[in-house]
Amino acid sequence: MGASFDEMNGFGGEVRPPYKAFAEWLGVQHLDTLRQKSAEAEVLFRRSGITFAVYGAEEAGERLIPFDILPRIIAADEWRRLELGIEQRVRALNAFLYDIYHRQEILKAGKIPEELVIQNSAFLPEMIGVDPPRGIYSHIIGVDLVRTGENEFMVLEDNTRTPSGVSYMLENRETMMHLFPDLFSRNRVRPVDNYADALLKTLESVAPGNLDAEPTIALLTPGVYNSAYFEHSFLADQMGVELVESSDLVVIDGLLRMKTTEGLKRVDVLYRRVDDDFLDPLVFDPTSLLGVPGIFDVYRSGRVTIVNAPGAGIADDKAIYSYIPAIIEFYTGKAPLLPNVETYSCREPDSLKYVLDHLAELVVKEVHGSGGYGMLVGPKSTTEQIEEFRAKLIANPKNYIAQPTLSLSTCPTLADTSVAPRHLDLRPFVLIGDQVRLMPGGLTRVAMKKGSLVVNSSQGGGTKDTWVLQE
Amino acid sequence: MLGRTANDLYWLSRYIERAENIARLLEVGYRIVLLPREGEGFHEEWRSTLESAGCLQGYVQRHGELISQNVIDYMLFDTSNPSSISSCLAAARRNGRAQRTALTREMWESLNSAWLQFSAIRPVSVTSNSLPELLDWVRSRSALYRGAMLNTILRNDTFYFSQVGTFIERADSTARILDVKYYHLLPSSEMVGSEKDNYQWAALLRSVSAHRSYRWVFKDHYRPLKIADFMILNRQMPRSLRSCYDELTLALRDLAVFYGARHDCQTTAESTRDLFLEADIRNIFQSGLHEFVQEFIARNNKLGNEISAAYHFSD
Repeated sequence: MGASFDEMNGFGGEVRPPYKAFAEWLGVQHLDTLRQKSAEAEVLFRRSGITFAVYGAEEAGERLIPFDILPRIIAADEWRRLELGIEQRVRALNAFLYDIYHRQEILKAGKIPEELVIQNSAFLPEMIGVDPPRGIYSHIIGVDLVRTGENEFMVLEDNTRTPSGVSYMLENRETMMHLFPDLFSRNRVRPVDNYADALLKTLESVAPGNLDAEPTIALLTPGVYNSAYFEHSFLADQMGVELVESSDLVVIDGLLRMKTTEGLKRVDVLYRRVDDDFLDPLVFDPTSLLGVPGIFDVYRSGRVTIVNAPGAGIADDKAIYSYIPAIIEFYTGKAPLLPNVETYSCREPDSLKYVLDHLAELVVKEVHGSGGYGMLVGPKSTTEQIEEFRAKLIANPKNYIAQPTLSLSTCPTLADTSVAPRHLDLRPFVLIGDQVRLMPGGLTRVAMKKGSLVVNSSQGGGTKDTWVLQE
Repeated sequence: MLGRTANDLYWLSRYIERAENIARLLEVGYRIVLLPREGEGFHEEWRSTLESAGCLQGYVQRHGELISQNVIDYMLFDTSNPSSISSCLAAARRNGRAQRTALTREMWESLNSAWLQFSAIRPVSVTSNSLPELLDWVRSRSALYRGAMLNTILRNDTFYFSQVGTFIERADSTARILDVKYYHLLPSSEMVGSEKDNYQWAALLRSVSAHRSYRWVFKDHYRPLKIADFMILNRQMPRSLRSCYDELTLALRDLAVFYGARHDCQTTAESTRDLFLEADIRNIFQSGLHEFVQEFIARNNKLGNEISAAYHFSD
């Protein structure tokens, strides 16, 4: 693995244009001042209660994700290209979802192995023939991007179920504007604070047809102990919609209703932040206490819209991922504007052989894993860890995919003793309803440890404010 | 609004109010315990403090004998005591966190920082010297929260349920103090008029932060009849039963207008308030102060239940 691309300094030499004003500013800052600002930021985050639960951790409930006060900056033209690629991708993902729950043309055309879809646990046969409003399944998508060079952006994965992190995008910006107003006057940073408004418009635009009144929207959370609870309440608050738990909902007379101070009230659009399995104990996991019995029937009859639709998760399954370029071509007739990361599907014998021969160089992931758990980062692992993983791979190759260890781009970050480069990725948030709305920015996750490539917050990663510059 | 939201807002206000009232009671109890006097006195004082707070039984089960340090620990930090200040702040924050969307940012931040700061206190670090300061702090936190609420909240059901919780709790607290200490106000004690009685009367007023306002209103020495009148019937005194019911009637009336429907709770609150309008403190003494207070506590509880039923707090 060679030197990484630094978003401020490239591969060394001159400061890249989007960072010019910032680099000048950074050059005259004292480390102590930056540290003090960093401490101030922590106080602000703690006071607002933007915490995040780590499962299994003692003192469960409330930890702060580290916030790095140095922003990550993206030039206007870079963003324009990303924008086109992301829009193409999310439209194709929705077209794919519509297709596999209807005529399954793509399977008939042999572009994807049929069993990979049909036997996938994320594929819900119950959804076959259901017509969600506007034919949209995944209304809110987080596209995880990595960068390896001046023009090399790649999609690492899609999040088509219930992507989280958008509250950090918004709070990070609020905090930065509070801490560094002067920096914003030197850089023309595109605002992201209309996200809640765009989300509300998107939700309204996919309400069931034939409503007599404005649609009633609610956000369903698993509850206060969920790791993303802050985000759920934050978004409900920003949109001015009710934040409901399953015990607040009931199906009566074929409609979804919530229990209010004035009795039962109909809900038309449910932005749910619980997984498919927990949605309806009558249809899915019968032991679920998080769901609403009968809600799926109401959904099938078109009298409530569930966002994102049940079964949308098949589009971000890691086993499907390597077929996304084919999916994009199939539905748009064009080559993907944003490439995937090269991926070896271990279910294929040739790939498996290659992966086993190159374990020390690759990143191997479980097909159904998430959060950076259950993965092997070859170059950072000991021989024992590699051999342990080899055994798992041979025992169940279908369960794994492998990717080259990418030299993720870096960005200046406030480290223990100095400002130093740290690796990062980017999750922009896209809304799909009557139109595609992409916020200029997203969540930048940064590995706070030197050399580390794992940016997941559950494993000590932090976040940064993401600036997209105005033309 | 969700029924669960209304329930949480109501209890959030009750817990904040309760924390403040407990702080006030402890402050008074502690002052009296500091008085030089023989043996039994301080036991009696802690007993009535705990009783006023509704915590006597729980305390005795846990600690047995009445020992100052144990009482303070039980009332401030013991999480097994649902009315300890620690439990109140934790419950208030829990309710607030569950209803983060119903609170303004300022309300949430005052609530959250109160809880964070209180949880950082180590019980062993609280000495006789630092206790008054800590109790002051609790009261100032409660005031900050109420202030944030009054200044920033929308005047809709969010506000009305918060008000209802505050004043049901406050009425309950004032009534309990009277219930435990009523005998200090009976005519027999007036005749005694000893220094100790004087001190008890002052303590009674202090426990509702009214020892100075009493003087402003009556321009007189402490007299049991006037103290009772002040705590029960006076409309100027913000912790009197009458005042609480003025506020309750108002908030419930606003709710009825907001939702376009009246329930039993509106009628109950109004009839209780009317009772105060007509009452004369002499008559109350004649037919029994103790009975009057007990009946009031029962009515106040009934009102709480009616509100909970009318607005679907839990179903």
